[in-house]
Amino acid sequence: MNAFFALVARDLRLAFRRKAEVLSGLFFFVVVAALFPLAIGPEAATLRHIGPGVLWVGALLASMLTLPRLFENDWRDGSLEHLVLSPHPLGLLVLGKIFAHWLVSGLPLVALAPLLGLQFDLPSDALGMLALSLLLGTPVLSCIGAIGAALTLGVRGGGVLVALLVLPLFVPVLVFGAGAVEALNSGLGAQAHISILLAMLLPAVFFSPWACSAALRIALE
Amino acid sequence: MSQLQAIALSCERGGRPLFAPQSFTLSPGQAMQIEGDNGSGKTSLLRMVCGLAPTASGEVRWGGQAITEVRHAFSRDLLYLGHSLGLKDELSAVENLRAASVLAGQPVGHEQALQALQAQGLGSRSHLPLRVLSQGQKRRVALARLQLSKARLWVLDEPFVALDTLAVHALQQVLRQHLQQDGLLLFTSHQAVDLGRSVLHWRLGA
Repeated sequence: MNAFFALVARDLRLAFRRKAEVLSGLFFFVVVAALFPLAIGPEAATLRHIGPGVLWVGALLASMLTLPRLFENDWRDGSLEHLVLSPHPLGLLVLGKIFAHWLVSGLPLVALAPLLGLQFDLPSDALGMLALSLLLGTPVLSCIGAIGAALTLGVRGGGVLVALLVLPLFVPVLVFGAGAVEALNSGLGAQAHISILLAMLLPAVFFSPWACSAALRIALE
Repeated sequence: MSQLQAIALSCERGGRPLFAPQSFTLSPGQAMQIEGDNGSGKTSLLRMVCGLAPTASGEVRWGGQAITEVRHAFSRDLLYLGHSLGLKDELSAVENLRAASVLAGQPVGHEQALQALQAQGLGSRSHLPLRVLSQGQKRRVALARLQLSKARLWVLDEPFVALDTLAVHALQQVLRQHLQQDGLLLFTSHQAVDLGRSVLHWRLGA
C-alpha cells in the first residue's frame, strides 16, 4: 500500500510542476460551458433544459483530452519499466496512477461544474445532483480511458485512437450521468441513475487496473 | 541459492534471429560483460533476462526456477538500469531516488538518498530539478540507485556511457564492492572494465 501512496504522491507532485498539462483540460471545460449560453441566448427555460447535457459532454471531452498522457511520460522516460519490474503488484501501481490522474483531471471538474451550472440557471438541487453524478461518473471515465491509453501506448496518433476506442464505452456513463440531473429536474428522482452509475464505477475500478497491466506489459515488449 | 541461468536463450527481431541460442550461468560474485556491435541484440538480451521482453526460445532461471514462476522473488532481487533512466525531469535528484526506492520495495529516507548523491559528487545539486542537470549528471543520479540498492542481481545497460573519468572510477569501485558482497552483475559495455577479478565475456553476433 505504501507504494500506492508513494506513486500517487509522485504523480501529484509531477502534475503540480507541469501545470500547463493539467490546466488545459480544465480550461477546455470552462470554455465549452461558457460558450454555450452565449451562443444559444438568454432564454432560461432552454438553458435549464440543455445545461446538464452540455456540462456532462464538456466534462467527458475534457477528461478525454488528458488521457493520452496518463502512461506516455512514464513510457518515454523509462519509469514504466521500473513499474513493471517492481516487486509490488502492477495492478496496484496502475490503480495509483489512475487515482492520481483522476485527482488532477477529474476532481476539479466535479468542483467546477456547479459553478458553471449557474450559467444555465440550474436550481440548487440540480447543481448538487450534477456534482454527485460527476463525482461517480468521472472515475469511471478515468478507469475506462486508462485501458485505452495503455492499449495505444507507443502508437503514432495514439490520441485519436484513444478517442475512437473509449468514446463508445463512455456513452453509458454520459447517458446515466446527464440523465440523473434530468430526472431530478423532471421530478422523477435520480436514485435509479445514481445506482447505475455506482454499478458502473465498482467493476471499472476493479477490472481496469488488471486490463491496463496486461496492456502495459505488451506495450513494453 | 541465487544463481542466474540462461538456457538456450535466443532472440528474434522482425523474424530474423539476432543471435544463436546460447546458455550461461552466473554465480554469486561473478560478473559478465556482454559485447557486440550496434544492433547485435545486447539490450534485447538484457530485457529478456529481466523478463521485460519475451524470449524467442529458451528460458531464464533465478535460483533454479523460471523467472516467470518466481516473478515476485526475482523482482525483489533485481535492479535493472536501462537506456532510459526512469528519472523525472521535474523532480529533484533526491525526490527521484526516493520514488524509485519505494517502487523497488526498499524505501530510503531523505538522508540516505542525499548521502548516495554526495558519493556521486552531486551533493550541491541534489535539490535542483533534473532538467537543469547535464546528461552525465543525470546518469550519475541513476547510478546513485546502485549504492542504495540491496538487490543481488544488477543488470546494467551501458553503465559507463557519458561518464567522466572520475565517475568511471567511482562506478567501478561500486561494482567491485557489489561483487565482493557476493552480488551478481550482468552489463553491456564497449570499453574494457577493471573489476579486480576475471569477468565472463559474451560477444554477440560474432
